[in-house]
Amino acid sequence: MSIGSASLDPACGPDRGLNADALRADARRESRGLLALLSPGLLLVFAVIIVPIGWLFWLSLFDETGQLSAANYARFFERASYIKTFVTTFKVAFVVTGACVLFGYPLAYMLSQLPRRAASICLIFVILPFWTSVLVRTYAWLVILQRKGLVNSWLIDLGVISQPLPLANNFAGVVIGMTHIMLPFLVLPLYASMKTIDVDCLRAGMNLGASPAATFRQIFFPLSLPGLASGVVIVFVLCLGFFVTPALMGGGKVIMWAMRMEQTTSLYSNWGAGAALGVVLLAVTLALLGFFQWLLGARATGVWSQR
Amino acid sequence: MLLSLAQSALPIGISGIEKRFGGVSVLHDLGLDVAAGEFLTLLGPSGSGKTTLLMILAGFVRANAGSIKVGGEEIITMPPHKRNIGMVFQNYALFPHMNVFHNIAFPLKQRRVSAAETAERVERALDLVQLKGLGERRVDQLSGGQRQRVALARAIVFEPRIVLMDEPLSALDKNLREHMQIELRNLHRRLGMTTVYVTHDQREAITMSDRVAVMNAGRIEQIDQPEALYARPKTKFVAGFIGESNFIPVECRNGGVWHEGSNLRMKDPAPSAGRHLMVVRPEKLRLIDGAEQTGDVNALPAIVGDIIYQGDSFVCYATLKDGRQVTLRDYCRPDVLAKLPAPGEPITLGIDAQDVVLVADQ
Repeated sequence: MSIGSASLDPACGPDRGLNADALRADARRESRGLLALLSPGLLLVFAVIIVPIGWLFWLSLFDETGQLSAANYARFFERASYIKTFVTTFKVAFVVTGACVLFGYPLAYMLSQLPRRAASICLIFVILPFWTSVLVRTYAWLVILQRKGLVNSWLIDLGVISQPLPLANNFAGVVIGMTHIMLPFLVLPLYASMKTIDVDCLRAGMNLGASPAATFRQIFFPLSLPGLASGVVIVFVLCLGFFVTPALMGGGKVIMWAMRMEQTTSLYSNWGAGAALGVVLLAVTLALLGFFQWLLGARATGVWSQR
Repeated sequence: MLLSLAQSALPIGISGIEKRFGGVSVLHDLGLDVAAGEFLTLLGPSGSGKTTLLMILAGFVRANAGSIKVGGEEIITMPPHKRNIGMVFQNYALFPHMNVFHNIAFPLKQRRVSAAETAERVERALDLVQLKGLGERRVDQLSGGQRQRVALARAIVFEPRIVLMDEPLSALDKNLREHMQIELRNLHRRLGMTTVYVTHDQREAITMSDRVAVMNAGRIEQIDQPEALYARPKTKFVAGFIGESNFIPVECRNGGVWHEGSNLRMKDPAPSAGRHLMVVRPEKLRLIDGAEQTGDVNALPAIVGDIIYQGDSFVCYATLKDGRQVTLRDYCRPDVLAKLPAPGEPITLGIDAQDVVLVADQ
C-alpha cells in the first residue's frame, strides 16, 4: 500500500489510525538510517575487539603440538606457580587499591573543598604524571627507593636507620610504584562526584544539629560513595593487568599475571598457554565488574538514581 | 496533637551586623528586632544582602562585626549545629541517600532521641505537613511540593527556637506557590515559631508576613506591617519595589507642597524643604469632574493616552502637564465605564489628601 492511499483511506480500522502505515514506514526508515550511520563504528569494534578476542580464545584451546585440548586451562589448577601468580596479582591489586583509597580520598576531598582557582592548579599536579611515560616514572621510583637510593641514604644520614630498608625489587616497591601511577584514576572520578555534592546538604546537616564530623560521616561520605566505587573499580581492574611497574620494581620476585603472559609467549613461545592466561584474566575482570555493578545497583539505588 | 513550638518561640535581636566579601561591603551596620513568634520577611532584590543576613543567622557565614541575640543569649560565634535553628533551603537540600522518614528523623537522631519517640515525632510532623504515610518514599520519588513539605517538616520536627526560610517557594509553579503561602501562614499561626523568611517576591511577602523588612544594597530601607509598607512607603525604593507607583515631582517651600504652581493638600505634615516625589498608587487616582475639586481632593489636569481593558479592571495611561506619564487603575464598574474618556481627551485626575505620600527624591 502506498503512503498516499494509506493517509487517504477513509475506512481505517480502529487499530490503524490516520497515516499509521506511513508513520511505521518512516520509523523503519529512521532505524535503517541510524544503523547505516553506526556501521563504521560497529565494524571497527568487530575488527579490533571481537575478532582478536575470538582468536585469543581459539588459540587457547590448542596445546604446543597443535592438538585440540584443555591442557592450557588444566594448568591453572595443576601448577603451583600459576596459582601463586594468580594470588600475587590479586594481592597487589587489593593493596594498591587500598593505598589509592587511603591517599586518594583525602586528596580528592581537599580538592573538592578548595576554591575553584586553587583546585584547578592542584588538579594539574594530579594530572601532570599522566603526561609522563609509565616507564620513566617507574625508573624514577627505582632511583629513589633502591638500596643506595635517595630515601635510604637520607634515612641513614639522619640516623633513623642503620641498614637500608628493602624498598625496591620487592612487593613494597611494586605497591609504591603502582599506587603512584594509579592514584589519578581514583582521584579524578572521586573528585568529580564530590563536586556534585550540594553544599546546602552539608549546611542542612549542620543546621539540623550534626557536628562537622557527623555531617561528614552521615552525609558527605555516603554521597561520595558512587564516585569512590567507580574509582576503585577502575584502579582494581587496571591493576589486574598491569605489567611495566611490577616487572621493573618487583626484581623478578613479584610475578603478576601480565608478566606470566609475557614469559609464556616470548620466552617459551607457548601461544596457547599465553592465550589461556589472557582469557582467564578477561573472564575474572568481567566477573568482577559484574559483581560491582550488582553490589552498587542493589545497595545504592537511592544515591544512584539522583545522578 | 501539635508540636509545641509556641512556648519555645524566642525573640531575635540583631544589631550592628557588618559583612564584607573581599573588599565589597554587603551589609552595613544592620540592626533588626524580631519579636517572639513573629513572622518577619526580608524582602529585597537579588544582591540586597537578605540571603547573606539569613546565612549569618544560621551560622554558615561569619559576619565581620555585630551581635545576634536569641532570647537574650549571644549566638554570633556559636557553630551552626549548636544554634538550634531550623532552616528551609531554597533547593530544599534533602538528603538524597535517605528516605523521607530518615530525612525528618535526622535532627532527632543528632539529639539522641529514642527510636520510639523519633517514630512518633516524625509521624506527627508528616501529619502536620499533610504527608501521612509517605515516610518510606525516596526523595526522588516526590514532587516539588512534597519535597517542600518534607523540608519544612525536617526544619520544625526538633522544635527549634527559630525557623529560617530562604525563598522556599521559588521553585514551585504559581498555583502551588500561592497554595503553599497560605499553608505556611496557617502553620505558623498554629505553631507560633519565630520565623525569618527571605523572598524577592513582594506579593509573597505581603501575603504571609506580620512585618516586612525591605532591604536594598545591604541596608534595611523600611520595616513595617504590610499595610503600612504599601500605604505609607518611606523611601522611593520601597514605593517602587512594593506595588506599582506613579512618582510625581513636587517642591516643598514655605511649609507647603507645590506641584505645577498649585498647593497640594495633604494630611501628613509637609517636609520643610528639598526635592520630593509624590507617590501615587494607580488605584488611588481617579477621574473627577471639575466640580468635584473640593477641600480634600487634589486635581491634576492630564491628557488621556491609552485605555487598556483587563477584565476586572482597566488601566488608563495619561500624560500630565509636565509630560510625565501616570497610570490610573480602576474597577470596571458601570458608572465608571459610562464616563470613560476617549484617547486624546483632556481629563482631571483626582487624588485624596489622605492618600498623598511624599518620599525624598534621591
